[in-house]
Amino acid sequence: MSETAISLTTPISEATARKLRAGDRVLLSGVIWTGRDAAHKRLVAALDAGEPLPVPLRDQVIYFVGPCPAPPGRVIGSAGPTTSGRMDAYSPRLLWEAGLRGMIGKGERGPEVTAAMRECGGIYFAATGGAGALIARSIVKAEVVAYEDLGPEAIYRLEVKELPLVVAIDAQGGNLYERK
Amino acid sequence: MEIRIDRRTPLERMRVIPFQQVVDAVTNCCFEAAFRLPPDVLRAIREAAERESTAVGREFLRQYLENARIAETENMAICQDTGFAVYFVEMGENLRIDGGSIYEAISAGTARGYQEGFLRKSIVSDPLFARRNTTDNTPPIVHLTLVPGDRLTVILAPKGGGSENMSALRMLKPSQGRAGVVEFVTETVVKAGGNPCPPTIVGVGIGGTFEKAAFLAKKALLRPLGEPHPDAEYAALEREILERINASGVGPQGLGGDVTSLAVHIEHYPCHIASLPVAVNLNCHAARHAGFEL
Repeated sequence: MSETAISLTTPISEATARKLRAGDRVLLSGVIWTGRDAAHKRLVAALDAGEPLPVPLRDQVIYFVGPCPAPPGRVIGSAGPTTSGRMDAYSPRLLWEAGLRGMIGKGERGPEVTAAMRECGGIYFAATGGAGALIARSIVKAEVVAYEDLGPEAIYRLEVKELPLVVAIDAQGGNLYERK
Repeated sequence: MEIRIDRRTPLERMRVIPFQQVVDAVTNCCFEAAFRLPPDVLRAIREAAERESTAVGREFLRQYLENARIAETENMAICQDTGFAVYFVEMGENLRIDGGSIYEAISAGTARGYQEGFLRKSIVSDPLFARRNTTDNTPPIVHLTLVPGDRLTVILAPKGGGSENMSALRMLKPSQGRAGVVEFVTETVVKAGGNPCPPTIVGVGIGGTFEKAAFLAKKALLRPLGEPHPDAEYAALEREILERINASGVGPQGLGGDVTSLAVHIEHYPCHIASLPVAVNLNCHAARHAGFEL
């Protein structure tokens, strides 16, 4: 893990994404979008139907999270990452067809996802699983923008300030989950 | 000498507690479990941070401790996955709840606790088709045991999906024995990688039937960390499996390191001459539980 963190702001260009390496520490700022399985299923269904996506994903970052409701006076409740593997069935489509640049979650990704990341210049960040109260401090604004009926699985637009992440899998195939 | 005969009918001997008292206690229990990491878990994470040799691993462990401090001081959920509300309940035979059943009281307390605590509602109505959120985190799972006496003891162990999904059960052949158990448990934990939010606590149920082994694996997670199995052979087995797991290098968050699991806890039960069921239930590092006695 590198000593100093790289500051990044969304949207992220392909050129920037391709420069990141597995093990880089990143402080991410800007707008990101939340999405779990149920939202991903609908996004891919929209692609299948040739319908526009409810949120623009080109050069954007999706955070795999279903946050707790915001307590009074707070922007959001606890908001740590969920297991990314459940999104493996959908992520390649978003990388290929919607121009998605980055994903934030926890745990390994399948070979189809890492292959699509290499082709499209995608990047996969790990956030600290089980540290949702700490992570919530980096979220300065949150609003539901799509699929509200899904409750915690709705798509939120989040504004984050210096969200601490680690590049877990890069666009060159570098992968922290592959143990030597 | 005076001989006293209890002339009350069995019904009159029953201790009665009001329904609302149980609901209130369950509600508080939901807050307690979601916001405060038990001291044994905090201690185990602190000790793990001293053992961990990788910088990335130590950083994650430091974040867990900071997260626990923020959660406790700000009444924020430790993890956004506030889980399936799983209750282990011991109810005295001479206890009656006035105004409803124990199941209804726990369900009502869960709904209120998750609503008023701003905890995430993570339960969908139908597992396969509708998958519609029930919006109050009910129904809970209630494991009820009838015990002598007139007390009510409740332990809530909210269970997150990430670690629950990495559970496994295998019906081993008795000939596979101890070595078979070591191999199956280790393989299950290592294969889970970073998904269950390591360092995990590994609950292992050995014996009984298919469903009994699964129940024991979950129950094993409740034993305080740092407390070995009372039987020397099982205690040695716990240590050996833990060493094997931690030699794998999975590490905190699965990104490499020495501490993949904090403990292995085994519960066992007699079993059929033909069987050796083994169940593995994982708990993430945010090993939450809370309880009360009435």
